[in-house]
Amino acid sequence: MSDKNNQVSRRQFLNYSLTGLGGFMAAGMLVPMLRFAVDPVLQQKSAMGDLANVGLSVDDITEEPQRVDWEVEQVDGWYESNVNRTAWVFKDENGDIQAFSPECKHLGCFVSWEGSEDYPNEFFCPCHDGRYYKDGTNVPHTPPLSPLDVYEHKVDNGILYLGEPKPREEA
Amino acid sequence: MIQKLYDWIDERIDVAPIWRDIADHEVPEHVNPAYHFSAFVYCFGGLTFFVVVIQVLSGMFLTMYYVPDIENAWKSVYYLQSQVAHGQIVRGMHHWGASVVIVMLLLHTMRVFFQGAYKKPRELNWMVGVLIFFVMLGLGFTGYLLPWDNKAYFATQVGLDIANQVPFIGPELKTLLAGDPKIVGAQTLTRFFAIHVFFLPGALFALLAVHFILIRRQGIAGPL
Repeated sequence: MSDKNNQVSRRQFLNYSLTGLGGFMAAGMLVPMLRFAVDPVLQQKSAMGDLANVGLSVDDITEEPQRVDWEVEQVDGWYESNVNRTAWVFKDENGDIQAFSPECKHLGCFVSWEGSEDYPNEFFCPCHDGRYYKDGTNVPHTPPLSPLDVYEHKVDNGILYLGEPKPREEA
Repeated sequence: MIQKLYDWIDERIDVAPIWRDIADHEVPEHVNPAYHFSAFVYCFGGLTFFVVVIQVLSGMFLTMYYVPDIENAWKSVYYLQSQVAHGQIVRGMHHWGASVVIVMLLLHTMRVFFQGAYKKPRELNWMVGVLIFFVMLGLGFTGYLLPWDNKAYFATQVGLDIANQVPFIGPELKTLLAGDPKIVGAQTLTRFFAIHVFFLPGALFALLAVHFILIRRQGIAGPL
């Protein structure tokens, strides 16, 4: 009672406690809903794990990039399905197997090997004339800003297995 | 910061009268539980509205995962219950809240009835309230089908057969609700979903607005 400045009036006290209580109740309602809504952002990315058999013998891989299509099982929430994957596969000058994702690094259209007659020996994207050299690096001054993604791959019993496309480390 | 933002807006559109109109009014003594504890019966209407707000919010969030399709409806409900964080809580709120709304609404109705608060000049608001009651029952009925499990399916079949008993227009009414004269299926589910999340909530909001405007206009009925 002595120090007027530190005194909390009855009105203030009621205001604070009712606001606090109301806030607590509103939070109790809203927090589960918001956590529910943001769940996809916080879900652990399931490592797709196994590389898939793409049904291509290593002996059939040439220096010329060839289109390889295969299916992987995809779990999309409550919906499970097989989805198509595509890669451009070839052997580089060292004889190493290369498997590029056909997704253009500009806006994600489908890139084809020698997709344009004007640009032989290059990957070409028809959407905005994006181009890539055979090693997957983007041709300067065309729309893409980085090289094509590379699939993880392994060879087992002479058969090619591909995994997830990964962006390249080097710029 | 917030004060400055408020001042900026207030300077332009003069907010005070708006919120005063909505929130700043005296609670009569006979309605205030601080004076007469039995006055808690006056809370039932507000509590009904509070649960309705929970229903609207939880329902909005549920539609982020739910699909009104006979192949996927049940799976999506199962997924959001078992795989999504707090899915059980959010669906639980909507599930139990649906029953609590009806309970609160009936308590509110009984209070108004036994206090005779519906009498002149408030008959109109009683009628609007009865319409709200019907809309709520419709929401309960249409929402019941959406999980597309056995209970939902057969409850809806019964409900549609009740509609079928209506004199003269029964079969047409049933077809209108189910989307097909015989099948309770794909078209029924999409119809019930549309009615549940668009048509009835729209009607509910309009009726609630009228209900609240009327109570502000006429004031709470006097003491017994």
